[in-house]
Amino acid sequence: MMTESEKQVQQGLTEGYNFAYLDEQTKRMIRRGLLKAVAIPGYQVPFGGREMPLPYGWGTGGMQVTAAVLGEQDVLKVIDQGADDTTNAVSIRRFFSRTAGVQTTERTEAATIIQTRHRIPEAELKKDQIMVYQVPIPEPLRFIEPSDSETKTMHALNDYGVMHVKLYEDIAKYGHIATAYAYPVLVDDRYVMDPSPIPKFDNPKLDVSPALMLFGAGREKRLYAVPPYTRVSSLDFDDHPFEIQKWDHSCAICGSDHSYLDEIIVDDSGTREFVCSDTDYCNQRVAQQEKQ
Amino acid sequence: MAALPSIMETTATVPDQPLLSVENISRLFGPEKGCQGVSFDLYPGEVLGIVGESGSGKSTLLSVLSGRSQPQDGVITYRGQQGEIIDLYSSSEAERRTLLRTEWGFVEQNPRDGLRMGVSAGANIGERLMAQGVRNYGVLRQEALDWLQHVEIDANRIDDLPRTFSGGMQQRLQIARNLVSSPRLVFMDEPTGGLDVSVQARLLDLLRRLVRELDLAVVIVTHDLAVARLLADRLMVMRRSRVVESGLTDQILDDPQHPYTQLLVSSVLQP
Repeated sequence: MMTESEKQVQQGLTEGYNFAYLDEQTKRMIRRGLLKAVAIPGYQVPFGGREMPLPYGWGTGGMQVTAAVLGEQDVLKVIDQGADDTTNAVSIRRFFSRTAGVQTTERTEAATIIQTRHRIPEAELKKDQIMVYQVPIPEPLRFIEPSDSETKTMHALNDYGVMHVKLYEDIAKYGHIATAYAYPVLVDDRYVMDPSPIPKFDNPKLDVSPALMLFGAGREKRLYAVPPYTRVSSLDFDDHPFEIQKWDHSCAICGSDHSYLDEIIVDDSGTREFVCSDTDYCNQRVAQQEKQ
Repeated sequence: MAALPSIMETTATVPDQPLLSVENISRLFGPEKGCQGVSFDLYPGEVLGIVGESGSGKSTLLSVLSGRSQPQDGVITYRGQQGEIIDLYSSSEAERRTLLRTEWGFVEQNPRDGLRMGVSAGANIGERLMAQGVRNYGVLRQEALDWLQHVEIDANRIDDLPRTFSGGMQQRLQIARNLVSSPRLVFMDEPTGGLDVSVQARLLDLLRRLVRELDLAVVIVTHDLAVARLLADRLMVMRRSRVVESGLTDQILDDPQHPYTQLLVSSVLQP
């Protein structure tokens, strides 16, 4: 007896695709890179990035990582800006359900692998869950030091003074640390890492998280990782400590006052509303409220 | 400037031991291209000038001395703040870097090479301190303001980008950026090159004052004998990768012995 997913896999193979699109040798190469990345938290491991059937910048790095770690029994969730129903999320989810035949879900708790761009779900992550991030620029030092060989040396020698130059510039210009996303973090007291374009609101969720965090940059061909229960601290100054965003509003749909909110314009006269960026979290709160 | 007294104390305790000892170093790119067989001792608070024509190996020597390029032969030892002896090229690259951004400074000929042009003057001055672990914005800010004043730049310019500065201001900013970590030894590669005469004179005045106030040891490369006479206590004359003559500045400029030095001194236009 074949299970439903096995049948779909068989079907996929006959259509000329390997399980999860990438060939097995490529997946082995990426897994080897991921093992190294997990062994050295925050360190950028180069890998031979493949051409994916969508443009760079649309999540090719994250998709290659997902393809490499995906098994038949996995349940995949894909989010884009926190939402399950945006174009990028829908098409990547469909891509893997067609090429790998895996189950997909919108519920954070039900997923074993969550591929994301921009957000970490509001619901607490569990152990055995894997977060996969789509990373545009993996090098946190690039803003200040354009030379790649120089930034590699700086990572190797733990020479991170310039990282604070960026934060200094923020305070000098705006009076506070204005960096709101891709906020640099120090992983396991050793490597400075760019946590991809997640808002700094989500930085504290990286710290000692029970889930495995994998980062893939497709254009730059770099992998890095934060293993479960690893210390991740955000860089700051003594007199300008790290702070997360706050809102004066609550979510217009579920009334949440502690989640990350998106500001949206709802009509032609410019009326604004704030709603949860994590759609699954918002829906579940509404369902809960309706039950009561 | 709180850092001043501490430097003077530490250097005063070991006055008769050299800060930097150079033994027979060579770095050649071809026959007589580069530098070879150079030896000297540099003492705390001493200014050593290296003069010579273009291509005589001055800049090669300076980059070897400052830990930027490995010599093919010879040993350079540095006496650290606590009196520890550091063999420059047998220590790790990390240690060399630490030295370069704490106890040493390097003033480039072109300030664009020595400054971060994309960040403000204040951040440029604060960078060394941040690299040393200063994590207090207020302290960094105050230090930057103090140093702008020391190098005679208007404090209002603290948040301006260096590219909006004039050439002379950029050079002064570069000097401030190097001196903020209270170094004991500063390397300078033609610091007054490319500046007009009046700006040159002001910069030299400033350098002379800072060198005396901070009791800095300096190795300065220049082809301008007037600069050498004004700043240097001792001179080394280089030609075709070798040191042909060395001694006290006045002695060399007023009574040159080697034919090449005689030629060099006599070729300066007398006003």
